[in-house]
This record gives sequence, structure tokens and C-alpha cells, in this order.
Amino acid sequence: MPIIQAFWAIIRRDLLLAFRRRAEMANPLFFFVLVVTLFPLAVGAQPNLLRAMAPGVIWVSALLAALLSLDSLFRSDFDDGSLEQMLLSPHALSILVLGKIIAHWLVTGLPLLLVAPLLAVFLGLPEQAMGTLWLTLILATPLLSLIGAIGVALTVGLRRGGMLLSLLVLPLYVPVLIFASGAVDRAASGLPVGAQLNILLAMLLSALVLVPLPTAAALKMSVN
Amino acid sequence: MSWIPAPVSRFFHRTSSPPHFYALADRFIPWLTVIFLLLLGAGLYGGLYLAPTDYQQGDSYRIIYIHVPAAWMSLFIYVLMAVMGGIALIWRMKLAEVMLISSAPIGAGFTFVALVTGSLWGKPMWGTWWVWDARLTSELILLFLYLGVISLYGAIEEKRAAARAVSILALVGVVNIPIIHYSVQWWNTLHQGPTVSKMDKPSIHVSMLVPLLLMAAAFKFYYLIAVLQAAKLELLKRETTSQWVKTLLEKQA
Repeated sequence: MPIIQAFWAIIRRDLLLAFRRRAEMANPLFFFVLVVTLFPLAVGAQPNLLRAMAPGVIWVSALLAALLSLDSLFRSDFDDGSLEQMLLSPHALSILVLGKIIAHWLVTGLPLLLVAPLLAVFLGLPEQAMGTLWLTLILATPLLSLIGAIGVALTVGLRRGGMLLSLLVLPLYVPVLIFASGAVDRAASGLPVGAQLNILLAMLLSALVLVPLPTAAALKMSVN
Repeated sequence: MSWIPAPVSRFFHRTSSPPHFYALADRFIPWLTVIFLLLLGAGLYGGLYLAPTDYQQGDSYRIIYIHVPAAWMSLFIYVLMAVMGGIALIWRMKLAEVMLISSAPIGAGFTFVALVTGSLWGKPMWGTWWVWDARLTSELILLFLYLGVISLYGAIEEKRAAARAVSILALVGVVNIPIIHYSVQWWNTLHQGPTVSKMDKPSIHVSMLVPLLLMAAAFKFYYLIAVLQAAKLELLKRETTSQWVKTLLEKQA
């Protein structure tokens, strides 16, 4: 089987698996909505304050939702041994890993795009920032899945890797958070956001190329 | 590795054997300690006694003689760890793994010292213990990167595998450090601009600069001493069953 076919086969398989367990698919989404709901309860229902905080709140919640969903990226494959089969296959592991990351994003990252506008309305984010919010989510949620994949690959062999995973991954998420919420913030005050979006795009493209390599190396370490 | 001259490569191969390294470290540590103490004494004397009082900041600026070298070391050690990680991954050199692991707590310590001294300096100068300024924040994130390395190594039982995991993490981290640094800088800044690295004409007076550089050199030697001690201990822990450790213990008993 040529590598490109193997790549598509991995994506198809992961999507099918996720689709068979639809309840799990919805979990990061509920988590995202819940965390955003907690903020007005914690800081008080002051429209001005919430409007000012909206980009940050939405982005921190998206970050946490992505972090929570990361564990499912390699966990079941590690437990049932399919990961070892992938390692044994003649194809480059990094390409297969990229397929898995893309499938993971389609299942956990893409749905965030659908509820984000709703939450933005809850928090009173100005309408002119809505398009930018979408754009940053499209550009940056795949980035979260990609960067997170390295952390998961390093910790998948551990029985309790959850807290460790957040310690490894969250510092690496900082630039994404800064540029994404910064762009939404600027858009809300009517400023141009081209620079931030370009940087996010550049980070996404370089992560697409670079991330599969350390992830594959880390998976080899975890499986042995 | 034909482009490396034979004596150099022979030196590396010999040094990378644990018993030889252990003996070499034992031989070096007293000399390094002497140099460290001399540099430290000269640096502190120059910095705390000879250097003039700053016309704006008074005597509280003198904390830079600890703060700035510690901050330099925190970055330097992380980069060094990434280099060690690369060596460990490519050549599977055990000694590079040991040095990488031994460096992590020292680097975290320097990062912590830089943060604490910065905070102590910030209270009289900025009127607050902590500001969310660019360099403080990226130093804090650097501390988290160090803690990630340390706890990942602690979490994996099998130490060779743990060392490989940590090597990968150090390399990923070192790619991210500039990105984090510049993104945080873009985000916000209050910290004073660089005063030493401006090559043409540093905006710090020579009488203040010389002790600073002395202290920086002293910190480098301190790191060398600490890392050699830690590496010696790590080697003993890893090779408890091997012959050279047994003979060494018998000799000392």
C-alpha cells in the first residue's frame, strides 16, 4: 500500500472509531461550554467585564478542552496494540502519526468552531470580532492538537500521565494563546489583525512539518 | 565522524566511559572549586564594594550581580541540555543522558533564583513584587519547562527510556523558547531593555560591567562543579551492579 493510501486509511479508521462512540465525541464540547459558563458565575454577571474578558475566556476554555481531549489521541491504540502494528508497518511512522493527529482534530477541534459563536454571544463579544474568532479557531485548534501530540506521545506509556501531560504541554501552548486571544481582542476593538493571523498560520504550517518527527520518536520510546 | 580529528574523538570516547569520567570529574572538581571561589570573591568585591552607587536606583541595583548571571545561566543550561539531548538521541551516549538529567535541577534552581531576585528588586523599583512583564513571564514559563523535564524523567521507570523521552522534550523545548520569548515580548513589556548585549557601546559603566562579567564566569564554574557532582551520583545510581562501582566502594570503605 502506498504511503498516501495508508495515511487516508488511518484517518478513515479513526473517524469511524470516533463515530461509533458518539457520546465521547461530545465530551470536550460540553466541557468547553461548561468552563465558559463558570466564568460569569465566578466574576459576577457584569456585561462590561465579561465583554472585555470574552476573548481570553473563550480561548483558555478551548485550550483546556483541547488538553482534556488529548489523551484519547493514542491511548486506545496503545492499550489494544494497534500502535505497535503501526510501528511495525513499512511506512514512515511520522506520516501515520500526522494522519492520527488530523483525525483527532476533526473529531475534537472542529466541533469547537460550531459552539464558539454561541459562547461569544453569551459573553457579549462584539459581532465584528466573530469572524476573527472563527479564523483563530480554525488556525489554532489544529496547532493545539499538533503540539499536544508530542506531550501525549511522551506520556502514553505512563499509567497516570494526566497531570504530567498538562505540565508538559501548557507552557508550549503559550504562544498560541497569546496570538489567538490577542487577535480576537484587537478585532473586538476594531483594530487590524493580519499580523496575528499570519503568525498563527506560520506556526501551524511549521508545526505540520516539524511535529510528526518528535512525536514518532517519542512513540517509539513509549512503546518499547 | 571522519571530520573530527582522531585525538579529539579518542578523548570523547574515553571520557564517555563512566569509570573514566568519574575519575576525571574527581580530579577536576577541586581545581574548578578554586577558580570558582576566586572569581566569586573578585566579582562580589567589585560589585558590592568597588562599583559606584547608581544615581537613580541607589544600592538596590547591586542585586543584578546575582540576578543577571542567574538569568543568563537559566537559558544557557537549557540550551546545553538540548545539545546533550541531541547527542544522546543520535549517538546513544550514556554520559550525555546523565549530564542532561543532572543539569535540569540546577537550571531550574538558577531560574528560580532569577525570579526571586527579580521580584526582590521589583518591590523597591516598580513598587510591586510581581508584574506580568514579558521577561518575567517568559522566565516563569522557562521554569515550567524545567519542571516538566524533571517530572517526566521521574515518572518513567526505565531510566534509559526516560532519558530518551527527556532528550526529545528538551529539543522540543529549545525550539519553542525563542517563540515563547518573542510572543510574550509582543504581548507586553515593562522590563528595561538589554543593557549589556548592545555590542558597540554598552549602556552600563565599565566599573559595574566588569564585576558582572566576573560573576557570570563564577556562575558558569559553579554550574560545572554542581553538574559534575550530580552526574557522579547519577552514574553511581545507574551502574550499581557494575564492577567499577564495586571496586570504588571497596576502596573507599
